[in-house]
Amino acid sequence: MHGNGLVIYDEDIRRIQAVVERLVRDANAKGVFVVDRNGQLISEAGEMRGLDTTSLASLTAGCIAATGGLAKLVGEEDFPVHFHQGQRDNLHITLVAKRIILVVIFDDRSSLGLVRLRVKKVGVELAKVFEEVQKKSEQEAASGAATPFSEITDDDIDNLFSA
Amino acid sequence: MSFINYSSREINCKIVYYGPGLCGKTTNLQWIYSKTNPDLKGKMISLATETERTLFFDFLPLALGEIRGFKTRFHLYTVPGQVFYDASRKLILKGVDGVVFVADSQIERMEANVESLDNLKLNLADQGAKLEETPFVIQYNKRDLPNAAPLDEMKQLLNSSGLPDFEACATDGRGVFETLKAVARSVLRDLKQMSGS
Repeated sequence: MHGNGLVIYDEDIRRIQAVVERLVRDANAKGVFVVDRNGQLISEAGEMRGLDTTSLASLTAGCIAATGGLAKLVGEEDFPVHFHQGQRDNLHITLVAKRIILVVIFDDRSSLGLVRLRVKKVGVELAKVFEEVQKKSEQEAASGAATPFSEITDDDIDNLFSA
Repeated sequence: MSFINYSSREINCKIVYYGPGLCGKTTNLQWIYSKTNPDLKGKMISLATETERTLFFDFLPLALGEIRGFKTRFHLYTVPGQVFYDASRKLILKGVDGVVFVADSQIERMEANVESLDNLKLNLADQGAKLEETPFVIQYNKRDLPNAAPLDEMKQLLNSSGLPDFEACATDGRGVFETLKAVARSVLRDLKQMSGS
């Protein structure tokens, strides 16, 4: 295992969710998604019901990883902002605080300029939230506080595979 | 890197299938996908070339059940095995919780197996990790082929430290779920140890 994993609590999710829902409204977006750089979906809001969000999260992380590799090739640290234009829907992807990916899906009810403007503001807010989440994770790991794993037994693990 | 979400009571882990080109990493995932209850799996994504060689990765999200009220989800990834896709392999290994090394049993692929295993160690080291400290299992795939190398020889070459290993034939599913269960178990035990219990 490499380093400590990301641990997010109820109160953190509520804060992130509030920010994400506000961004949907302020940017006139169809959907907003917050994804961990490793491809885990953290939060979502908007009208994109039925979308395969697990795949969206994994592919977004792959996209950021691939262009991050390209960035290094040309001497940049990262390409933190991506825009994909479609016939109907567009995707605006931003890397926040080098760790979190903010995905906004929008159509012609909004505009790239508006999305950019709103994302910039929200990015600062999200960066702050995740900095605190990270700090909390590290402090708890250092203090040896209980996680769901500290109480599990080998039998619990074996039972998972007995079916 | 695992992700624990207390709000949705979920634990997410990332497992990567590594190995030389055409060793059967994608076939492992395809078998798992075809034999898993639809309620427990998401869509399988393959970013492949026109000739169905993995270009970037395959991805399969899988739910394994609950532990102490937390849903355990595993995200299975494969890397592209061909030597020249090394930059992509490095990216996919980031944040990995457990690795399956799929070895090709054909005798003429032994050098490719060793090269790929060395490449795995190098790429893990690149992100500050050591293979010995990563949950890791080995699968000797294609055991059904007439030109398969003797098992002892493969163990000696690829598994001198006696880690969990399995014989397999991914095309008919033999050994596929045994391998997956072993790596998932190893990842969960590792997380438990990291929790200091």
